[in-house]
Amino acid sequence: MSLLLQEPGLLAGDRPARSRTGLLWDVIKNQPSATIGAVILGIFIVLAVLAPVIAPYGLHEQVGPVYGDPSWAHPLGLDDGGIDMVTLLMWGARISLVVGFAATFVSMVIGGTVGLASGYFGGRTDTVLMRITDYFLAIPDVPLMIVVAAIWGPSLFHIIVVIGVLLWTGTARVVRAQVMSVRERAYVKRARSLGAGNLRIILRHVLPQIAPILIASTVLTIAVAIFDETALAFLGLGDPSRISLGKVIENAFQRTAISSGAWWAIVPPGAAVALLILSCSMIGRAMEDALNPRLRVSHLSAKGFRLRPLVGRGRDAV
Amino acid sequence: MSSLLEVEELNVWFDLPRGGTLHAVQGVSLTLDRGERLGLVGESGSGKSTTVLGLLGLLPPTATLSGRVLLNGVDILAGGEETVRPHRWVDLAIVFQGAMNALNPVQTVSSQIVEALELHGLATGRQAKARVGELLESVGIPRDRGDRFPHEFSGGMRQRAAIAMALACNPSVLVADEPTTALDVMVQAQILELLDALCRDFGLALLLVTHDLPVVAQLCDRAGVMYAGEIVEQGPVEELFHDPRHPYTRLLFAATPDLYGEGVPVSIPGTPPRLDRTLAGCPFQTRCDRSFSRCKDERPLLREVAAGRSAACHLNDVPAEVA
Amino acid sequence: MSSNGLLAVEDLVVHYAVPRGLVGTVARRPQKLVRAVDGVSFSVGRGELLALVGESGCGKTTTAQTVLRLLDPVAGRISFDGEDITTLPNSALRPLRRRMQIIYQDPYESLDPRLTVKSTVEEPLLIHRSGSKRERAELVRDALARVELTPPDLFLERFPHELSGGQRQRVAIAASIVLGPDLLVADEPVSMLDVSVRAGVLRLLDSLREAGLGILMITHDLSTAARFADRIAVMYLGRIVEEGPAEAVVRDPQHPYTKALLSVVPRRDPRERSRAQILTGEAPDAIRIPRGCRFHPRCPVAIADCREVDPALERHGAAPGHRAACILAG
Repeated sequence: MSLLLQEPGLLAGDRPARSRTGLLWDVIKNQPSATIGAVILGIFIVLAVLAPVIAPYGLHEQVGPVYGDPSWAHPLGLDDGGIDMVTLLMWGARISLVVGFAATFVSMVIGGTVGLASGYFGGRTDTVLMRITDYFLAIPDVPLMIVVAAIWGPSLFHIIVVIGVLLWTGTARVVRAQVMSVRERAYVKRARSLGAGNLRIILRHVLPQIAPILIASTVLTIAVAIFDETALAFLGLGDPSRISLGKVIENAFQRTAISSGAWWAIVPPGAAVALLILSCSMIGRAMEDALNPRLRVSHLSAKGFRLRPLVGRGRDAV
Repeated sequence: MSSLLEVEELNVWFDLPRGGTLHAVQGVSLTLDRGERLGLVGESGSGKSTTVLGLLGLLPPTATLSGRVLLNGVDILAGGEETVRPHRWVDLAIVFQGAMNALNPVQTVSSQIVEALELHGLATGRQAKARVGELLESVGIPRDRGDRFPHEFSGGMRQRAAIAMALACNPSVLVADEPTTALDVMVQAQILELLDALCRDFGLALLLVTHDLPVVAQLCDRAGVMYAGEIVEQGPVEELFHDPRHPYTRLLFAATPDLYGEGVPVSIPGTPPRLDRTLAGCPFQTRCDRSFSRCKDERPLLREVAAGRSAACHLNDVPAEVA
Repeated sequence: MSSNGLLAVEDLVVHYAVPRGLVGTVARRPQKLVRAVDGVSFSVGRGELLALVGESGCGKTTTAQTVLRLLDPVAGRISFDGEDITTLPNSALRPLRRRMQIIYQDPYESLDPRLTVKSTVEEPLLIHRSGSKRERAELVRDALARVELTPPDLFLERFPHELSGGQRQRVAIAASIVLGPDLLVADEPVSMLDVSVRAGVLRLLDSLREAGLGILMITHDLSTAARFADRIAVMYLGRIVEEGPAEAVVRDPQHPYTKALLSVVPRRDPRERSRAQILTGEAPDAIRIPRGCRFHPRCPVAIADCREVDPALERHGAAPGHRAACILAG
């Protein structure tokens, strides 16, 4: 007998469908913190990308005195070279974001691969890779970056590689844990029992399941990468030919902005970095929260239950 | 003489995340006397767990309740949390579904039971320990084992520990939600025997919630069969099997395999109705093998069909020739 | 042993080593072994359903996985359709895999939530590169029809979360039969389904059996085994203690464990409250297996000899093919 005729309307299960547009979009839409984060990040990206076009003044164009005060023409004042701060911020954000994203890409590739291989193959592969991960974890990031940048020389490319190579460990661990759990699921075991090769299983079954957590981890890594770049630039190890937000802060710091009372040379770039990092963190955390297995609603809620007077009988009760 | 526990027209609505409500329990009424074993049988989604959690006031804030729960004649639901709490565990105790896996892994079993005693101000210190020893023995766990951790216990023993915890405050009613579902058949037999003995020896009233019909058939005196949030038939278990008055009861038994029974079990085609919409007619009608015209439009009410038995089916109104 | 032997297992042994940890290894503590399967022999023929029953820890799931070479045995022989597959390397096993399939217990986990029904059922065909696109589509439809998910077109584009438990299990079965296997291993195929749905899925397996499939069904539910299996094998602590035609094992049990187990299975009819032989305690773990008959510590009728003799499966009882491992049987 046809099941369909007796099962009118396929049950909409109690598990919500993952929309095809993906978790990232869902989270951004539904979680207020992620929405705010996305908006802030979006604004920065737009400003940074369009900097060459919409910056009010030239990047090297002196338009006023050293540490000129904020005015209507220059809402954030001028820096020590008489350059408009708003322009500097827009261009600075460009580099900060480029380094942030690029370094994160490097770390995502390394971390994702290590995590995947470690979690999927297990055994000796896992042990070896996890030892390596542990070594990288044990090394303090910033001092190592300083040393490497100092030795290797400060160019944008070097900075990106250095940061990327040190940040992958977090992603690797998270991915490994998820892969190990997916590996044990019945449909993966079934695929294997059917004779599916590893590559097929990884591409078809494992990767789609780890993609959300990988993205969440990536977004959080961007925050750290931006921070690291800013730190390096601040310490004078950034690429001298490029202006990043960290460099802007460093310049101001080196060239006596504080004693000159030119708060606008330090606070805005600092705030910009903080906002960038914050926005990425907010998005990343919201994603992580959304991915946590939902805790069963506690039966023992402090608020207790709601009672209402009975009206009607049986199924007609209202 | 009024019953020990009387539930009158209990309703539970859950707020759905995207608006609307789910009418999970629809006017459930039942009575339980001292020393009686009542089974509440139903499949997933029938509302049986929600019913017992509701009568203990243990539902999350997204739930709205209505109805009365009379314990010794007093409505404990009337004042909300304040009126329910004093009775929880002291008069009405529950062994939750999966309780055996919910024991605190970093506390010894004894100390967890002691906690229950102390929270309710029944005993402390040495007195508490002594009482815990008694409780453990009454559920078949050697006294000294209580100082071990849950992971050192087997599944059956953990379930016994959970029962001991429920009995800590000497309740008069024990609710057991799927107490043997995750257990092997031999261990299940042990636990059911334990529950049986506890009822006899302590005059405990048992409300057993399960999807397993044979378990109810073996342990309970009476049972209520739940479907789509309501009780569709209720009565002594023997009558439910030998003379069912609701097609669902009959078909559910027919779908249950028996060791020595004749014939092969048959599924009930179709699926239960959604509870987030109001339905016209009988909720079982789309799957029923004896439905007729009235079933589509008119909801059958739970009505007495014989002494101590009730069923919600229009067929019980039909004169003998037509039935 | 069944004559139209599809699957024959002889003296299968599967052990797990319990990890010793650093201290244990350094202190040279003896390696503890979990003897999950400790000498198991049985066979499954074409068109036959053998139910492997037992409580948790008896080794039935391990046996099922080893039979499909998802686990490797320590000793023993597995023959599939006459061919010895015990030590066959994975590359040689691959073509055989399409002839033996497995269905898992959990209908919610056995389907990839991101794949449509069509993709799930098609996957085995893709793995084994079976046929053209059109041929595959036909086979998928055919498989869905055989599991009574009709009309197939309505289910093709559905995702698992849109289906009920019973429907998901049917999809899993469809994916298992699409390659036309000879042997199906079903590990607790209905234990996570509602009672009203179980019979349908089991009847489906029964109809597949009638069409010639050999089915090895793992279950803890004796009632299900009694109603649906041709033969039942009862396992205890890694061994088969009784085996025979389902009716014979259920109505004329020869082994004390089987008798006890049958006596505690709750009956549907409240009037049939049989005298339960409730054994005390629980089965010991498979690391410390008792000497002699492994059941003797809990056996209600054990005698002194039971501590010394480890009984083999021998013919007992009236029915042909009915065997039990007990010196007191018969």
